[in-house]
Amino acid sequence: MLEVRELSVGYGPVTALHAVSFDALPGTITAVLGANGAGKTTLLRTLSGLVRARHGSARFAGDELLGRPVETIARAGVAHVPEGRGIIEELTVAENLELAALWRLGRRDRRAAIAATFETLPRLGTFRDRRASGLSGGERQMLAVGRALVTQPRLLLLDEPSLGLAPLVTAQLMAILADKTAGSEMVVVLVEQNARSALSVSTRAVVLDLGEVVADDESAAVAADVDLRRHYLGY
Amino acid sequence: MTLFVDYSLNGVAQGMIFAALALALVLIFRATRVVNFAQGAMAMMTTFGASTLLEHGVGYWWAFVAALAIGFVLGALVEVLLIRRLEGRSELNPVIVTIGLLVVLEGIAGAVYGNSSRGFPAAYSQTGLVIGHTTVDFSHFDVFVLVAVVVLMLANLVLFRATSLGLQMRASAYAREMSRLLGVRVGRLLTLGWALAGLAGALAGLLTAPTSSFSPYFMDLDLVYAFTAAVVGGLESPVGALVGGLVTGLCISYVGGYLGSGLEPLGALALLIIALMARPKGLFARPPARMV
Amino acid sequence: MASLDASGTARGAGAGDAIDAPGSGRAGGSRTPRRLRLPRQPMLRHLALAAAGAALCYLVTSLLSPYNDVLAGEIGLYVVALAGLSVLTGMSGQISLGHGAFMAVGAYTAALLANHTGLDLALQLLAAAGTAAVLGAVVGLPATRLRGPYLAGMTLLLALALPPIADRWNSLFGGDQGLVTTPPTAPGDLNAQQWLADIELWLAILTLVVVANLVRSRFGRAFRAVRDDEVAAALAGVHVARTKVIAFVVAAACGGLAGGLLGLTTGVVSTGEFPLTLSIQLLAAMVLGGAGSLVGAWWGAVLLVYLPEWSSSLAGDLQLGAGTSAYLATIIFGAVLIVAMIAAPGGIQGSLRLCWAYVGSRRGGAGTGDAVRGDAVGGDAVRSGAMAGGERPLQDRAPSSGGPAAPRGAAGSPGSAPNVQSNESSNSDG
Ligand SMILES: Nc1ncnc2c1ncn2[C@@H]1O[C@H](COP(=O)(O)OP(=O)(O)OP(=O)(O)O)[C@@H](O)[C@H]1O
Ligand SMILES: [Mg+2]
Repeated sequence: MLEVRELSVGYGPVTALHAVSFDALPGTITAVLGANGAGKTTLLRTLSGLVRARHGSARFAGDELLGRPVETIARAGVAHVPEGRGIIEELTVAENLELAALWRLGRRDRRAAIAATFETLPRLGTFRDRRASGLSGGERQMLAVGRALVTQPRLLLLDEPSLGLAPLVTAQLMAILADKTAGSEMVVVLVEQNARSALSVSTRAVVLDLGEVVADDESAAVAADVDLRRHYLGY
Repeated sequence: MTLFVDYSLNGVAQGMIFAALALALVLIFRATRVVNFAQGAMAMMTTFGASTLLEHGVGYWWAFVAALAIGFVLGALVEVLLIRRLEGRSELNPVIVTIGLLVVLEGIAGAVYGNSSRGFPAAYSQTGLVIGHTTVDFSHFDVFVLVAVVVLMLANLVLFRATSLGLQMRASAYAREMSRLLGVRVGRLLTLGWALAGLAGALAGLLTAPTSSFSPYFMDLDLVYAFTAAVVGGLESPVGALVGGLVTGLCISYVGGYLGSGLEPLGALALLIIALMARPKGLFARPPARMV
Repeated sequence: MASLDASGTARGAGAGDAIDAPGSGRAGGSRTPRRLRLPRQPMLRHLALAAAGAALCYLVTSLLSPYNDVLAGEIGLYVVALAGLSVLTGMSGQISLGHGAFMAVGAYTAALLANHTGLDLALQLLAAAGTAAVLGAVVGLPATRLRGPYLAGMTLLLALALPPIADRWNSLFGGDQGLVTTPPTAPGDLNAQQWLADIELWLAILTLVVVANLVRSRFGRAFRAVRDDEVAAALAGVHVARTKVIAFVVAAACGGLAGGLLGLTTGVVSTGEFPLTLSIQLLAAMVLGGAGSLVGAWWGAVLLVYLPEWSSSLAGDLQLGAGTSAYLATIIFGAVLIVAMIAAPGGIQGSLRLCWAYVGSRRGGAGTGDAVRGDAVGGDAVRSGAMAGGERPLQDRAPSSGGPAAPRGAAGSPGSAPNVQSNESSNSDG
């Protein structure tokens, strides 16, 4: 379980997150929603150690995440799919996956996990040995998500995975996510602009506005709250 | 015609050394986007180290290995103590810092060892091989140079293409932040890149010293030739460093042979400008993601 | 750019006399410092200051011993060289490790003309600057397509490639012996050293006036625009390639003039006068003085001339051998350069400005004249250098952290200002 408590983060004079608290449970997807600049990316970057927090704590399975180096957090099983292109373009598709699994799995498990990823995402399999720079936007996003899943993470942080994807592909992606999460021990934090599709797969939703939590509830309840939707989610 | 053959052979022998030093520049440029103008001076230091060991009666090959080890450590130290502190600043800062390091190292060598040139032994005979009835301008030592640099290049190739360490080094050179998110200890790998470059440079110094006037400044020209070689090869690619080294070696050998000695740097300058003009895009246009 | 435009429009509103002291506007409200720094006719102010400076130099050199006159003259010629380098590297963001090559060209040009034609001294020096400027244009052309380390490498090679030419055609260039020069004959009962020192210092002042006016002109704005962001500059209508070549030409002309003067000072022009170390020391002195600052050129020149003196006396105190002491200056120079780059990239002038800004902010006034810039107060980041006479300091702090779309990506932008400290954790070793 991920427990975020009173988390505050700032960049110089800018306060990006202010006393943010929420929980995310294993085997469920927790959606983090909000307008541009709400602090969603900052939240994920803080959890994976890229940005230092000012106050607060973020405990995962009882261990404090804050204050530890990025690499240590990653090796402990936190997979972060960053906003935009997170793939390494100069490496091949297979090398991207191999690199991700390097510190999580042994040599044999690695090979099996990579093969399994190509089974789930057959399109990627056809590009195996091609440089990732040659992939289309959607394929890149598939690779980024596949690369996160290949590590068999305990905590998965996704930053706007649907960005730039066709609605059909978005739906496919969400289905894969829901499928991988259900029945697993994985904690998934899904940051989305596309609130509708995020709410459709998530169990709980946290709505941020200007760095503060304005709602933290069951996804269904958030989706049903017309005022909240109008105000913060824009649909 | 024999002159041409001699110039060509000489060019190849020199070019291999430039390739080794160019490889050092490439390793560092790939890892940290810095051109290490102190690479020649660092190689000079390690070679002086070997020379000191030889004077104290240490065997040649022990001194040789020791120089490579010193180069490895020196490279790592420079990265940790100096270059790391410049992270995220303008690209002019590391240029100036490596220049400062060049000045300091040459000053120290001058103060300790004096300005006059000394001798440095070669591993093998330096008289030209006899093929048929003619003596060509290619000695046993040149053969050793050729083999040593080829081994260096192959080891490098294997490291980068066939090991997971190499995979991590490539990844962290291209996408620092993403590599860290995947658990790669990028900082250590950058240090390792500098250390390997220090080793390659040390090899270049050991191979240059027997055939040049071995003084604190003996690697100055080699450095600019190696830079030319690295740029000709694209500054990013170890294979490019090898090709660039050979091209540069041949170029200055012909210029020195046919146009007169002393004009070699001018020849290299012409080559450098042609290379930069021919593919300026390929040289410095890269996706911003790589600057991570 | 926005702030430069702002200062441009403020110019018309500037109150008072051309030589109005910046501090006198303290009563005028918060906007006054910027307004008063740019009086209506900077040219006039510069000329008045220059005349005063020239008179002061004359006074000083007449008090100094002939030996110290020589040193003072050397300071003058290095100021000329460093001013050019400052324009090139500090203002237009192009690094040159080959400034010594331009000096060599100037020195040989002047010496050849003196030996073969008996041309007037002024014309000799003009020709020295002109020839070097032509070389600058030639070098600047390929340089327009290069940046950062590539340009550094190319200019480094230039510094190594030119001197051997003089060795190759030694009948013309005098080979190792070099060409002998004759210092100008002093008028009246002045001694030759003082007269040469006066000429050199006056030319230094003249150069500074010319360069200061240049950097205030649209050329100066173009230099900085290109340095800060080439693409943005091009979009704003700046001809990037031409701007870069002009910067090279200006720098080379200054180098050539300085080289001509160096020939007169040393009495002989030979390739040994222009080793690689000269180019490196020029860059080091420019950086240490304060990149992009014309006042910094004076600091740099003083360093170039006096550091060897100081270090040899230091070596004497430490009882080092003669062989070692010769290298002490080099070692100190390099070490200071490294430390400065890491700790105080603004150089002497930049650091002084920070100190003044700090003192000014302690006093609680924003009216301490040139020292306080809106963006220098608070000392959040050391900036590299500042233009003489109140232009903006090097400005480009590359953002160290952006969104992941541009993660630390702008770190490659030129200029030598360090980043704002952000809380982005960048040291990856746990
Ligand atoms: N590196 C940075 N330096 C300074 N301010 C930053 C930085 N990164 C983000 N911010 C600021 O922090 C606030 C939150 O930004 P963040 O990127 O977390 O928003 P977001 O919710 O992810 O927005 P979007 O939906 O547009 O991706 C914004 O006001 C932004 O300007
Ligand atoms: Mg975001």
